[in-house]
Order: sequence, then structure tokens, then C-alpha cells
Amino acid sequence: MKEIVKDIRRWQKQGKKIAVARVIDLDGSGPRLPGAAMAVTEEGEVAGSVSGGCVEGAVVLEALEVIKNNERHIVSFGYSDEEAFSVGLTCGGTVHLFIEPLDW
Amino acid sequence: MNGKTQKDISIFDRVEELLNEEESFALVTVVKGPPVGEKMIVFPDGKSGVDFEGSLGNSDLDRVVSRDARGELAAGRSGVRNYGESGEAREETVQVFVESFIQPPQLLIVGAVDFTAALVKIGKVLGYRITVCDAREIFATTQRFPLADEVIVEWPNKLIEKIGQTFGPRDAVCILTHDAKFDVPAIVSALATDVGYIGVMGSRKTHEDRINRLYEVGVDDEGMTRLRSPIGLDIGSRTPEETAISIVAEIIALRTGRSSIALSETKGPIHD
Repeated sequence: MKEIVKDIRRWQKQGKKIAVARVIDLDGSGPRLPGAAMAVTEEGEVAGSVSGGCVEGAVVLEALEVIKNNERHIVSFGYSDEEAFSVGLTCGGTVHLFIEPLDW
Repeated sequence: MNGKTQKDISIFDRVEELLNEEESFALVTVVKGPPVGEKMIVFPDGKSGVDFEGSLGNSDLDRVVSRDARGELAAGRSGVRNYGESGEAREETVQVFVESFIQPPQLLIVGAVDFTAALVKIGKVLGYRITVCDAREIFATTQRFPLADEVIVEWPNKLIEKIGQTFGPRDAVCILTHDAKFDVPAIVSALATDVGYIGVMGSRKTHEDRINRLYEVGVDDEGMTRLRSPIGLDIGSRTPEETAISIVAEIIALRTGRSSIALSETKGPIHD
């Protein structure tokens, strides 16, 4: 969280809507521990990270939905070998994220 | 004054404030259940009588969750926990995420040498709060170690005696003077603390000589096994920067209890 506070403050000053995604739980192997955080603006700007780059793209899309609908929820990404291009952790674990608008 | 947030200050403002002040606290967020998104900030035991700020919307839930969050905070853990709507155990109506923010680990570097400057840099990358200590005034200056949080001119053993009670398993002492007159008393003082890592620089010959001196002043075998001497992992480091990498790698490996062998040579999970 600490490393994204500055970017969040800058975006807030610019009047941008922001969503924050945080890793809350892991099943099996995962690159980032609970607490790893990422902030996304309505324009798709990003600060921080929640994995080794595996799911960030999908998290941005989820975050944009969260901003649009002003809702918060848990999103999980697991490993999927059924579809070559589906989103998941290449290391085989599952990461659970909580994504919410920064309205607090 | 439980459950009250200061006027006009949002939870995020408070989080920023507490992070800047390097306070220890837990940010609790309801991630599933009716009060989803509600938050509270929980403080460690004994912090000026304030247990928590904010509310999850139910005073019983607040009481139970803040108690559990305090336990997680003490252990430095972050994770999810489940409750009933009023904090009942063995129910899963409400899921909370407890995110612990703990004070950064401390790294005390004894000796203001070139290796120190490199270790300060690498240690900062890893988030350590770094103190450099040397008895020699002309070497121990903030100009030489601009990234250090503190540069202290004092006999290292005296400083360790003063601040050693704050050391815990996550903290590290690196003794880089390789001069027996500073090393030996500093090691003795460091061994009297609960510090997780004590590394001491020196050649094999310096090491042998130091071991003898330490036995002479009464350090026992148990104390000796706590010492990482010569300091660092065997990765063939030559420069101060390379040496700093080998030292912090050893600190990490000691904390995690892992083998320090290349992953390509081992099997099993990479993360515990």
C-alpha cells in the first residue's frame, strides 16, 4: 500500500476516480503475499502490482468495472491450462483479490 | 475512545499518516458480507489506550475482530478471517481482510567502511531501517551514508547495550569493522539481544583469531552458532556491492530457513 499512496494522491488531486485491488489470500504458490496492492484510475493508469505480471491486465479490466458500477467484490484468478490465453497464474496457484473504489 | 475516527479525516488519510509515521497498525476491511467495504484501524496493545478507530457497523463484531486483528498484527500476519454478523465464531457470513502494517525491520551496521555504504543502499531497497555506528568520528558521517536513517558516533557495544532491547527476530546486526578491538565487544553485546541475524566480516584468518578471542571473553558454543562469520553467502562476491548482496541474501535465507542452493539444483515449492 505504501508504494502506491503517492500516485493515488496525485490522481485524487486531478479529480480522477480510483479503484484499489489488494491480494487478500493465496492458495498454493503465488508471487505476491496478502497486502500486495495495485491502484487503477478510470483512465486505466496503474500503480503497484499484485502478481508477477500474470494477472495485472485482467485486474485493470475488473477495476474499471468496479469504478463504473461503484461496487466492491472479491475476484479470484487460478491456473487454467484449458485455454492457452486465459488469465491465470503461471505458477499454478490461485490468488484472491479484493477490488473496491477508493471512497474511504 | 473506541470506534471514533477523527473528524474530517478519512480512513485513507489515517492510513497515509500512520504509514508516514512508521506506526504499527492493522487495516481491517470487510471483503464479504453485508457490511462489505467497512473498515477499522486496529492498534497494538498499549497504544495510548486507543484500541481501534472506525467501525465495521456492529459493536460486537468490532470488539471480536479488533481483538483477533491485534493478534495478527503482533505476529506480523495479513490474511482473511470469517465471522457471523455479530462476530460469532465458526460462521462465515462476514469475511474480513486483516492487513498488518508493522514497523520496518532494523539493520544495524557496525563500522563505517566502503562495504557499509553498499550495504546501506541494498538494505534500503529491502525496506530496512538502517543505523550505522562507528566510534571514529571522521568516518561516521551522514555525508558518507546519506541513505542511512541514522549515523551514530559511539562505541558499537555501548550503542547495542542501549538499543538492543528493541531487536527481534526480524532484525539484523552486521559487524563490518574487522578490527578485534571493536568486533569482540560488539559481538558480545549483540549476543545478549534477541536479534535474528548477527553477521561478522573478516577473512578466514581474522575469523579464526576472532573465535579464539570470543572464547577468551566467555562466549559459549551456543553463542558461536548464532554468528554468521565470515559474513555472507558464498557467491564469489568481490566488490562492496556484490558483498552487500551476499549478506542480505544470507539474512533472507536465515529468516526463511531455506537452503541457499540454486533453485535449478533443488525440487519442491519455491514459495512456502
